[in-house]
Amino acid sequence: MPDESRLDQLREEAWQKGAVTGRGVDIAGGPIPRKLATASPSGGGPGYYGQPVVKPPVWTWEIPVYFFVGGFGGMSAVIALAAAIFHHVDLVHTAMWVAAIAAILSPLLLILDLGRPHLFINMLRVFKPQSAMSMGAWILTGFGACVVPGLIALELHVHQVFGGTVDQLLRVAAGVLMFGSAFFGMLLATYTGVLIGATAIPAWFLHRTLLPIHFGTAGLGSAAALLELLGHRIAALNFIGFYAAGIETVLLIWLSLDKHGAADRAIHEHRSGWLIRIGEIFNGPLALILRFFGLVPFAAISFLIGALVSRFGWIAVGKVSGSDPESVFAAERY
Amino acid sequence: MIGEGTKSTNQRRHSYVQEHVEVGFFTDPTVCIGCKACEVACKEWNHVPDDGFVWSGNSYDNTGHLGASTWRHVMFVEQDRQKGNQIVGSHSLGNGDGEDPFRWIFLSDVCKHCEDAGCLEACPTGAIVRTEVGSVLVQNDVCNGCGYCVVSCPFGVIDRRPKPLPDAGGAFKCTFCYDRQKSGLVPACAKVCPTESIVFGRLDDLRARATHRVQELHEHGYDDAQLYDPRETSVGGIHAFFLILGEPEAYGLPPKPQVPTIYLKSAWTAAFATAIAAIIATLLAFAFFS
Repeated sequence: MPDESRLDQLREEAWQKGAVTGRGVDIAGGPIPRKLATASPSGGGPGYYGQPVVKPPVWTWEIPVYFFVGGFGGMSAVIALAAAIFHHVDLVHTAMWVAAIAAILSPLLLILDLGRPHLFINMLRVFKPQSAMSMGAWILTGFGACVVPGLIALELHVHQVFGGTVDQLLRVAAGVLMFGSAFFGMLLATYTGVLIGATAIPAWFLHRTLLPIHFGTAGLGSAAALLELLGHRIAALNFIGFYAAGIETVLLIWLSLDKHGAADRAIHEHRSGWLIRIGEIFNGPLALILRFFGLVPFAAISFLIGALVSRFGWIAVGKVSGSDPESVFAAERY
Repeated sequence: MIGEGTKSTNQRRHSYVQEHVEVGFFTDPTVCIGCKACEVACKEWNHVPDDGFVWSGNSYDNTGHLGASTWRHVMFVEQDRQKGNQIVGSHSLGNGDGEDPFRWIFLSDVCKHCEDAGCLEACPTGAIVRTEVGSVLVQNDVCNGCGYCVVSCPFGVIDRRPKPLPDAGGAFKCTFCYDRQKSGLVPACAKVCPTESIVFGRLDDLRARATHRVQELHEHGYDDAQLYDPRETSVGGIHAFFLILGEPEAYGLPPKPQVPTIYLKSAWTAAFATAIAAIIATLLAFAFFS
């Protein structure tokens, strides 16, 4: 056990010998040849032996998959509400099932990624508007609390399990809960862009406006694509497909024009850059062209692949950008 | 003179926690001898596990960077520049003759305990709190290891401890020896520092001492001596601040650190706009294509 006399002893040792050795901090034998500290091992600008200035994200595959699942799940609830308003009963049913499955999968993915999964409930310990992660936890909770009972009420009503007043109440409850699902759903699909946009990672915070637009629109397009693949080949979903692929195409152009040099080079170089580009081409121009030629299932698959790959791409970008000291310096001098 | 004067309280008992006095560290590389006593004391006192023995080849720095299991990190900066009024000799290791200016700077890096702390703002569990003395503390028993503080620290200090180290999964960083301070003791690193390169004390005292030290160094020819305490950015100043020679980049310090919450407004605006656009597009789709 360390105590005060041990600290006095360490101070004495430092004074006498000029160096203190200990577990984990041993000084290797010298002399060591001179090595000027620079930003990268190959030289370049100022820096400290190429050591990262900020820390790259520790998140693994669960997070990009969650971005994808939460995206199509949230927007599926939005489609369910619109379909209910315009009396597409079958579509409401499928869309609510998609949303409910996403509402169950999403927290599981998030808990799996925690360093201490058994303490997941601490996420609901505080309500903190200045933390996008806290807001996300509450949005996801609200979404689950609306979608799952909403789907149960809907099923009970559709199958006429109860009659009379109870059925009328179930119908009203389903309506209210679907409204809540759509509200939390649209936030669930978009807040993830805020989550990574409001961080210290240069390639992320420089694109904090683009990220929520991209994540939300990719979520909407994925929901429509998934419902189409589940057999709902209707003009309304096709229109949503055109809308989402159109916006993604614009975002691809935006991203290739809005370059910040070394600060966001992770988006344009490395493997992370390729993931972003492949993702954006699949859910942007390629999905648009396929849809234009009436190849709806191919367009839907292309969009889904693009939406998933680009989520992995953005996390990869964060890892590259966060490990690159020059990107931090460049972003701050910008 | 302010407070207790510009003398350090490194070897004195105190009651800052009880009195709610803002305290800090002032770290001065011009008197640091690179002994690493602070690193050893920190690891021993706080039971921080060893996280590997790597020979980096980067001068005498084999610790690399601050992290979940490194809360004090002595940097060894080698620069081909003159140090103060140093007489530049011709006994070069390189080309053998001519002037060969060279300086070796040691700086003990630590969590900055920001005035407006990114990790504290980001923490969704409330595990990260501000203490009575103005430091930022992670409550280990509350942290569930979500990893959001890791990407929210503009200084890259806090990190999630990987398996198989003890207590893995949680986020860790310097505690400012809150346990010791509650008992009137000085943080372990400051206590062991043999040259008072790390000074612990009241923040106002330290700022006065630091300003004085920079003046003194300028008088002695250290023209590039400056304080690193980003008070003009959104971080709003740091409670563990540094005197540096030259530019902050050379120490891996961000020149203009920002607390990421300043990006929230534009990001949320984009999120709401996207959400509303999605709703309108979906309603239009069903209204016109039904």
